[in-house]
Amino acid sequence: MFTSWNLIRLGTVLIYLFMFAPVAVVVLLSFNSSQFGSFPMEGVSLRWFEALWDNQAIVRAFQTSLLLGALTAVISTTLGVLASLAMVRYDFPGKTLIATALIAPILVPEVVLAVALLLFLGAMGVPKSFPLLLAGHVIFTLPFVILVVQARLVSVRRDYEEAAMSLGAGPIETFFQITLPLILPAVLAGGLFAFTISFDDITGTLFWKPGGVETVPTQIFAMLRNSISPEINALGTVMIIVTVALPLLGAAAARRLGRKQRGCPAHKRHAGTGSDRTLRRH
Amino acid sequence: MASLDPMDNAWRPWRLLAPALSAIFLLLVVPVAFIVVYSFWLRTATGADIAGFHLDNWIEVLTDPFYRDIMGFTIWIAFATTVVCAVAGYVPAYFIATTQFKHKAFLLLLLMLPFWISYIIRTMSWINILGSSGIVNAALIWIGLTDEPIQMLYNQWTVIVGLVHFLLPFMILNIYVSLYGIDRNLVDAARSLGCTGWQAFREVTLPLSLPGLAAGSLLCFVLGAGTYITPLVLGGPTDAMFANLVFDAIITQLNWPLGSALSLVLLILLGCVVAVYNRFAGMGQIAKSFG
Repeated sequence: MFTSWNLIRLGTVLIYLFMFAPVAVVVLLSFNSSQFGSFPMEGVSLRWFEALWDNQAIVRAFQTSLLLGALTAVISTTLGVLASLAMVRYDFPGKTLIATALIAPILVPEVVLAVALLLFLGAMGVPKSFPLLLAGHVIFTLPFVILVVQARLVSVRRDYEEAAMSLGAGPIETFFQITLPLILPAVLAGGLFAFTISFDDITGTLFWKPGGVETVPTQIFAMLRNSISPEINALGTVMIIVTVALPLLGAAAARRLGRKQRGCPAHKRHAGTGSDRTLRRH
Repeated sequence: MASLDPMDNAWRPWRLLAPALSAIFLLLVVPVAFIVVYSFWLRTATGADIAGFHLDNWIEVLTDPFYRDIMGFTIWIAFATTVVCAVAGYVPAYFIATTQFKHKAFLLLLLMLPFWISYIIRTMSWINILGSSGIVNAALIWIGLTDEPIQMLYNQWTVIVGLVHFLLPFMILNIYVSLYGIDRNLVDAARSLGCTGWQAFREVTLPLSLPGLAAGSLLCFVLGAGTYITPLVLGGPTDAMFANLVFDAIITQLNWPLGSALSLVLLILLGCVVAVYNRFAGMGQIAKSFG
């Protein structure tokens, strides 16, 4: 047993190496001063990052990706939070069917979704454009937002909402004063998830993007087809920083937020002090 | 929730659902219905569409051996990827689920990390590893095993490596979720009844983790079979998968009716896989891994 456990441990280390070594090599090579950006490394330099900064196409791709990701996150999270509230807080006929419908965009292969949306909106007179990209990104990030937000919402107790309602708050007032602050970590998590999925997407984006507009992933893809320029590794590193650091910061912020909420003594909260105080302002 | 008007209460969930459901209806359901209709149209050489009910696209897609071979190749790649992911993914999932290691949470966090790292970056990172000026060739030349770089990239095996690299976290996470839910007492009971460690694993742990294994396999197969970027980046000129055909028909040849038929074939194939899975396991298992 002891030796087979060691084998499992060794296997785990190897699998983790397999998952992370290639990415680590990208980061390592992005600091390579060699002209070809490959092994052997000659020295450490930031020249490829400077080259990125001077490359107008890449800067523009970053702007496009950031704007697209932010808009996707806002729209997708709004739709997703409302739908999740309905799914977690209410019972209604046809709920299982609705649950399947809400995650349908992940069940359909992204290529098929991309083709269907492109051709249908094309027939409706919407050309390949930024709005088409945005519609596409919203529809396929939506299920992920709903899954994440639902998972978090389940653990948010509804006593506070009921207390607020019984004290005379309307549903909308209750939502903004009680529910939203309570589920804020879930909302942020959903938004960040939508942002990173949108920021990373290439499969649908290549179908929907108009000529001349590139997002960061399609820009990398285009650069890959020409030649393996060392700039790509630097671009990869920047992208890893954006997509990894952001969620980590988000998670840290959510944890702090959660701690602050939980920090309030339990018996006071149960007495309804929290909701009472917010209501008294009116 | 407390509300004075019972009718109002019954409508509230639908009002909350309305924006999301209408988005899904308008941007998914109607478009898919649209390409079903469109696949029966014809595109003439001049680029005009002939509306109507023509079976030509479907006959071409279903009978031409060219499409059939690529479909076979796609299924092979997705299947091989899934098997490799299942075998390779079980080990770390089992380790994380059973270890007393104090940095377990850190291992789990690392597992989530690839979800946040761009797919295109992870795919192209293999060029740095296996390419002619990559780390493996540099090492081989340095040791003196070879003078010229060995061509390792751009074949079906590197496509599988790239896909496994992309999909492994999905598999590990799903297996971990089901392993985590197993009552440890069951394994102890099996051991006390005389099972060896391996027997206890085979008779108790493995069967109980099958739901996670199945959910992970479904995700790997469906996502693997629908990809067209990995074969473009890591495959050779003959390693086109089915989604590459769709992309060519739609974007390069601009034959939209044919592209519609091709993407529906992919949808039906993967839909059957999902339906079989749903029949035996249910979709709930996949949602669990988001918890």
